[in-house]
Amino acid sequence: MSGGLHFVVCASLVPDPLQTLEPVMGPSGPSLKNETMLPAVLDPWAAHALYESAALVKKIAGSRLTLVTLGPKAKVQQVMMTAGQKVAFEFVAVDGSASGFTESMETAAALAEAIRALPNLEMNRLVLAGGWESASRGAGTTLQIVGEMLGIRDQFQGVDEFHVEADGSLKILERLEGGRYQVSRCPSPPVVIGWATGTLPEPPNNPQIGMMNMRAVMPALQRAKTVAVGAQGVRFVAAELPKQKRETRVVKDASPQDIAREIVEWIRGRS
Amino acid sequence: MAEKLLLIIPVEADGSMPKVAWETVGAVRSLAEAMQCSFDVGLWGQDVLPAARALARCGAARFLAVQGDDFAQARYATDAAASEALARASQATMILAPSTSRTNRIIGGVAYRLGGRADTHAASIQLVDGRLQLTRWYYRQRIMVVLEREHRPWLIALEQGAGAPWAGEPADVTLEWVTAAAGDTERRTQFEAIQQPPADQQTIRPDAELLFVAGAGWTKKQRDGQVHVEEADQIIREFLRKSGASLGGTKSIVDQAGEGGAVLSCMSHMNQVGQTGSTPRHPKGLATCCHGEEPHVVGWRFINERRAVNLDPNCGWAHGKADVLYVADAFEVMRKVNELLS
Ligand SMILES: Cc1cc2nc3c(=O)[nH]c(=O)nc-3n(C[C@H](O)[C@H](O)[C@H](O)COP(=O)(O)OP(=O)(O)OC[C@H]3O[C@@H](n4cnc5c(N)ncnc54)[C@H](O)[C@@H]3O)c2cc1C
Repeated sequence: MSGGLHFVVCASLVPDPLQTLEPVMGPSGPSLKNETMLPAVLDPWAAHALYESAALVKKIAGSRLTLVTLGPKAKVQQVMMTAGQKVAFEFVAVDGSASGFTESMETAAALAEAIRALPNLEMNRLVLAGGWESASRGAGTTLQIVGEMLGIRDQFQGVDEFHVEADGSLKILERLEGGRYQVSRCPSPPVVIGWATGTLPEPPNNPQIGMMNMRAVMPALQRAKTVAVGAQGVRFVAAELPKQKRETRVVKDASPQDIAREIVEWIRGRS
Repeated sequence: MAEKLLLIIPVEADGSMPKVAWETVGAVRSLAEAMQCSFDVGLWGQDVLPAARALARCGAARFLAVQGDDFAQARYATDAAASEALARASQATMILAPSTSRTNRIIGGVAYRLGGRADTHAASIQLVDGRLQLTRWYYRQRIMVVLEREHRPWLIALEQGAGAPWAGEPADVTLEWVTAAAGDTERRTQFEAIQQPPADQQTIRPDAELLFVAGAGWTKKQRDGQVHVEEADQIIREFLRKSGASLGGTKSIVDQAGEGGAVLSCMSHMNQVGQTGSTPRHPKGLATCCHGEEPHVVGWRFINERRAVNLDPNCGWAHGKADVLYVADAFEVMRKVNELLS
């Protein structure tokens, strides 16, 4: 495609999935206990969006990649120390809450504003990407709304494959129920692509890429506009950990035969 | 505020409705009864009549429909246009939909168009002391939240389990036709195909009683110092064939394909369960050679009965994550299980 594509990836931060999370209720709604202390990572599905987009930029001549991140500045800087070592990108930061207990409408408004302000944004080259759901709110609505705010009506979610065909058209595979894919074709950008895991492994850390990115990340963080992203109109009645606790019965020293018998009985609904 | 409900359902090209839709009908009926208000049904698709007839006796005040070839297949632009038009025609304050890949793809965008708000993956919605309260999970099923909203319209995609399935005899029904935009802009994207694995490799079975999870242990060196991937593959496939279970995998095992590691032929990214995988719903789950780490186990939130087979008595499953942990070699156990299932 002449002129290439402009991949704009929206990716926020979430607590490292290996951390234990505990909700605490405050006057303005729930938050996570010790939220500022919890180590954070780039939101995993959005990270896939970033890696897949970076690979496409390499493949399609004249393409560029911009990462737009909404999150608390200090945390974003920490995460970029590692996330920034994976692939090369231009960077825009918006300073605000990355909590799951905010509204996708408010998050989307802040992101759309940041994207509209990108220098040299050409809608007819725009591939607006991100994770199909966040690991925080997990609603899968933010990208849809950003797309609507930017007037993009060709939207795809749960994407594992995105191909640019010889005629410049876009072939997209979206996940459906039961392990199936829907294959669609769109003649050209702009499109919204909500990535699932894609097909690529996580790129290894590359300190050179990291240094290059950090040269852009630091000034971008200094320029970052502060926005108030909350949950207007929502009253949180409760935020709780699951109540059910299991007492695990640990079966040691039983023969494979006996275990197998017990499992089969259980599968057949007899124990 | 007096509420008015609308249930929107996409009708597939073959005239069917998603299975979860019957539960959504049940949930909307209960809600309307509790709130003493009426509800409309809004359908869209190529031919909505069979679905409308099937729902004729569900108690809806009106049956609204958007119909045409352009609405046959899932496509953001036409699905969103149809839902928007149905919502405007109904003037509903609350718009409920069964949670499917098709409705989840559009519901945020439609909420924006209507000036409303959307909640997806809702576990339930109920009236508590005269207030509407919605329950859903945050942080990948780790934190359960109950919330109320001021904004209307309120769009809600209801998950499986949110209501008892409604059943009724089909009957004739009067449809009110609604026009939705389907111009060149909405038709830019073209549906090409549904890709699905051949029947014998169809390992993701949402309706199965049992989820069988295979972890990376199946492809690791065993007590004899060797890997036994082919044997693992054969044991697992045989078990899936005999039990009809749905196959899930851990991130470690599905990532091996991308990293050039030992691969099970029946496993792809689509099988991954957990933080960056799926959260399937099956009554029972059996985890094998899987450590039971938190990013995996969050995908088990809706699996009621859980058992695990692992060599490590101290693996994650031992700590209140499974009902039973069998400390044993999964190769030996599953070989015997297959024999018993014969
Ligand atoms: C951002 C992020 C997202 C993640 N998302 C996910 C996700 O969605 N899903 C997911 O699963 N993980 C996810 N993880 C990874 C997760 O933390 C674990 O690393 C992963 O689940 C481990 O997979 P495993 O249990 O198969 O492998 P391992 O940890 O390698 O465990 C293998 C197990 O097999 C057992 N074993 C070996 N041989 C046998 C035998 N013969 N019989 C019985 N037992 C045997 C061992 O005792 C061991 O417990 C994520 C991690 C991060 C950081």
